[in-house]
Amino acid sequence: MTATLRTPTRTEPTGGRLTGTGTLIRLNLRRERIPLAAWVLGIGLVAASTFSTIAALYPDEAEREALAQSIAVNPAFLAITGPITGTSVGAISAWRILAVGSSLVGLMAVFTVVRRTRADEEAGRTELLASSVVGRAAPLAAAVAVAVGASVAIGVLAAAAGLANGQDALGSLAFGGALAGCGVVFSGVAAVTAQIAESSRTATGLACTAVAVTYALRAIGDVDSSVGWLTWLSPQGWASHIQSYGENNLWILGLFVLAGLAGLAVAVRLLDHRDLGLGLVAARLGPASNPRLGTPEALAVRLHRGTLIGWLAGMVALGAVTGAVASTSESLLTGNPQLEKVMAQIGGAGAITDMLLSVMGVLTGLIVGGYAISTALVMRSEETADRVGPVLATAVGRIRWMLGHLGFVIVGPALLLLTAGLVAGVVNSLQVGSFAGFGGALGAMLVQLPATLVLGGIAVALVGLIPRFTGLAWAVLVVALLLGQLGELLQLPQWIMNLSPYTHVPQVPVAAMDWTPMIALTLVAAAFMIVGVAGFRRRDVS
Amino acid sequence: MTDTPAIRMTGVVKTFGSVRALDGLDLAVPTGEVHGVLGPNGAGKSTAIRVLLGQLRADAGTATMLGADAWRDAVELHRRLSYVPGDVSLWPNLSGGEVIDLLARLRGGIDKRRRDELIERFELDPRRKSRTYSKGNRQKVAIVAALASDVELLIMDEPTSGLDPLMEAAFQDCINMQKERGRTVLLSSHILSEVEALCDRVSIIRAGQVVETGTLAQLRHLTRTSIAAEVDSVPAGLTGLPGVHDAVVEDHRIRFDVDSSALDGALGALVAGGVRTLTATPPTLEELFLRHYGDHLDEPATAPDHNGTPKHRKAALR
Repeated sequence: MTATLRTPTRTEPTGGRLTGTGTLIRLNLRRERIPLAAWVLGIGLVAASTFSTIAALYPDEAEREALAQSIAVNPAFLAITGPITGTSVGAISAWRILAVGSSLVGLMAVFTVVRRTRADEEAGRTELLASSVVGRAAPLAAAVAVAVGASVAIGVLAAAAGLANGQDALGSLAFGGALAGCGVVFSGVAAVTAQIAESSRTATGLACTAVAVTYALRAIGDVDSSVGWLTWLSPQGWASHIQSYGENNLWILGLFVLAGLAGLAVAVRLLDHRDLGLGLVAARLGPASNPRLGTPEALAVRLHRGTLIGWLAGMVALGAVTGAVASTSESLLTGNPQLEKVMAQIGGAGAITDMLLSVMGVLTGLIVGGYAISTALVMRSEETADRVGPVLATAVGRIRWMLGHLGFVIVGPALLLLTAGLVAGVVNSLQVGSFAGFGGALGAMLVQLPATLVLGGIAVALVGLIPRFTGLAWAVLVVALLLGQLGELLQLPQWIMNLSPYTHVPQVPVAAMDWTPMIALTLVAAAFMIVGVAGFRRRDVS
Repeated sequence: MTDTPAIRMTGVVKTFGSVRALDGLDLAVPTGEVHGVLGPNGAGKSTAIRVLLGQLRADAGTATMLGADAWRDAVELHRRLSYVPGDVSLWPNLSGGEVIDLLARLRGGIDKRRRDELIERFELDPRRKSRTYSKGNRQKVAIVAALASDVELLIMDEPTSGLDPLMEAAFQDCINMQKERGRTVLLSSHILSEVEALCDRVSIIRAGQVVETGTLAQLRHLTRTSIAAEVDSVPAGLTGLPGVHDAVVEDHRIRFDVDSSALDGALGALVAGGVRTLTATPPTLEELFLRHYGDHLDEPATAPDHNGTPKHRKAALR
C-alpha cells in the first residue's frame, strides 16, 4: 500500500458536541408547546392582574405605607413572601409576584429540563436521536435552551405587564430579570441532577428539593436577621435583593447567569462520564428472589416507598423551619414599643406565633397536596408504561390494584402532615422552653389533611374517568395556590375563593377548630375517590 | 375433556373512536391446542388478546375462556392463565427475580424449582435491576414469570420477537412441554417457522376479523401449488382450465400455479400431453401470509374487502 491513509489518532469525538441543537430545540418547542404556553401565559397573566389590582386597591402612598409596615412586622409574611422593599405600586406588586413566582419559574425549568433529557432517554427516544447526526451534548443543550427561553419569555411578559401598568422601564427590567433569573439557575441545577440521578423521577425530585431548600433558606434569613446572609445562598433571595422598582440592583442579574452557566458547565462535564440512559450513580444488583413481594399492596409499597421517604425528609426540614421561625417571631417584638402596640391589637405576642403557624400550615398543606396528586398519578404513569396490563392479567382485580395506591394517596399525606407538625412543635417548644405551643403547631399541620385529600381525590377521579387529562389535577393545585396567595390581596369574591378546598380549612391555631368543614371536605374527597374507582372498573385499560 | 373450548370469541366488536379494531371477530380454541394467531401489524391481534384478558371491554359479542366471561370473571380466570405481552415493560427499580416472583405470586402461586430451572434455561441473571435489561432479557423475564406457575392456559402476544435463536429454541421446547401436559396456548406471532413448529391450528386475522382458520395442512389447501413440467406437447386448453393461473409456456416447458382444489384436473390434463419431468412446489407459509396480507394478490372469497387501513391502529391503542 503506497497511499497514505490518515489514521484517526484523536480520541476526542470529531464534529461539534452541539451539532443538531437547533433542530432539537425546534423539536422540544413542538413537544412542550402546551405546557410551556400554560406556564408562560399563566404566570404572565397573574403578573398583569397583580399590577392592576394593587394599583386599584392601594391608590395612595399612605395606604401602601401602612401595608408595607404591617408586613414588615409580621414574620409569617416575611417567611412566606420575604421583605417588602418599597412602597410604590410597582415595588409592592413585584414583591407579591416574586415571592412565589420565582420558585414557580424554577419548577417550570426543572420539569422541562428533566423531561427533555432523562425522561426522553428512559423512553428510548434519545437513543434514536443520538444515532443520527446529533452531538453528545446537543439534547442537554436543547433542553436547557428551551427552559431558559421559556423563563426569559415569562420575564419579558411580566416586565411588559409592569410597563403597561405605567411602571418605569428600569424597574420592569429588574423585575422581569429577577423572575427569569430563577428559571436560568434552576435549569442549570436540573441539568446537573439529570446527570447524577439513577432515574428521571429521582432527577426531578432532587432538583425540586433544591427549589424547596433555597426557598426555606430565604425564609429563615428573612425572618431571623442574625442569619440574614442565608438569603444570599438562594436564587429566590437574589430575586428579592434586586429590589425591583426601587434600588434596581441590576448587577444581581449577573449572579443568575453565572450560577446557571456554572450548573451547565458541571452538567456537561458529568455528561462525558456517564452512559446514555444511565446516571452516574450505577444501578446496584437486586435480590434474585423476594418472597415478600407477592401482593398488589406490596408492589404499591415498593413503588411509593422511596418517594414517601424523600418527602418525609422534606417535611422534617419544613417542620424545623416552621418551628424555628415561629419561636424567633416572639423576639422580633421585644424592644420595639410601636410594634408591640400593633401586635397587642391583634392579640399579643402569642397571636403572632399562631398566625405564623397557621400560614405555614396552609403552605405545607399545599405542598402535601402536590404529594397527594403525584402519588395518585403514579397509577396513570404505570398504565401508560404498560405495567398495569401484566398485573391485571394475574388474579388481581382492578379495585384491589387501585386500593394499594389509594392507601398511599390517603395515608401518605397524613404521615407527612403529622411529621411536619411534630417536628415544628418539638423545635418550637425546645427553643421557647415550653411545650405550650406544641398543640398549635401540630394542629396547624394536621388540619390541612382533608383539603389535601380532596386534591388527591380529584386526581384519582381523573385517573378513573378521563385518564387522558390527568394533568388537570395539577391545574387544580395551581389554582388553589394562586387563590390562597393572591385571593385575599386581590379581594376576589368569596365564591371564587370557595373553589379552593384550602379556603374551607379552619385557621388553626388562630381560629378555633371547626369540624363541619373538615367532615365536609373529607366526604368530598371520599366521593371523588369512589367515582374514580368506579370509573376505572368500567373503562378500557391501555 | 369437556366440549367447551378453552377460548371462544363470538362476533366481538371493539372500536376506538372511529377506528374499528375488531369487526365481528370469531375465534375458537379447543382445550389442549396450541393455536397460532397471524396477521399484519394492526390487524387486531393485540386488541383481541386484551379483550380476552378483560382489559378492554368489547362493544358487542361475547368472549369467554375456560367457560367463564372474559370481562366479568376476569380475576377468577386469571388464576388459571398466564400472559406474556409483546412489549414487556418492567418496574425499573425491581430486579428481574423480584418481577418473576411478583407476577407468579399475584397469579396465585409459584413453582420454585421450575422457576429456577427456567431462569437457568433462559440464561437470565435475576439479580439485575429491570432498567438494565435489554428487550430480549425483559421478554425472558415475562416468559419465565408466565411459565413458572402451573396454569391451564397460556396467552402470548409475540413473545419471542426479541429473543436470539438459541433462546427461541428454548422457548419452543417449553411450549412443546406445555402441549404434552395438555395445556392450551394462544400464540400470536410473526415468526412463521415458530408457528409452523408449534401450532396445531392457525387463525389469520385481518382488519379485525378472522379471515381463515384451520390446520396448516388445511390452510395450504386453500393456496396454490406451483407446477413446472417438460412435456411432449402442451395440452390444448390446459392454460384455460379453471383454477390454473399465471401459465407460461416455452416450447415444451410449462409453468403454472394451480389452486389446490383444481390440482387433480390440471395434472390429468398435463399427463395427457406426456410428462417428461415434473416439479411441484407446495405453498409456503410465506405465500399463505402474503396472500392474506398483501393487497396485490387476489382476495380470497372469505376475506373482507378492506385495504390497508391498519397502520393507525397501534397509535389509536396508546
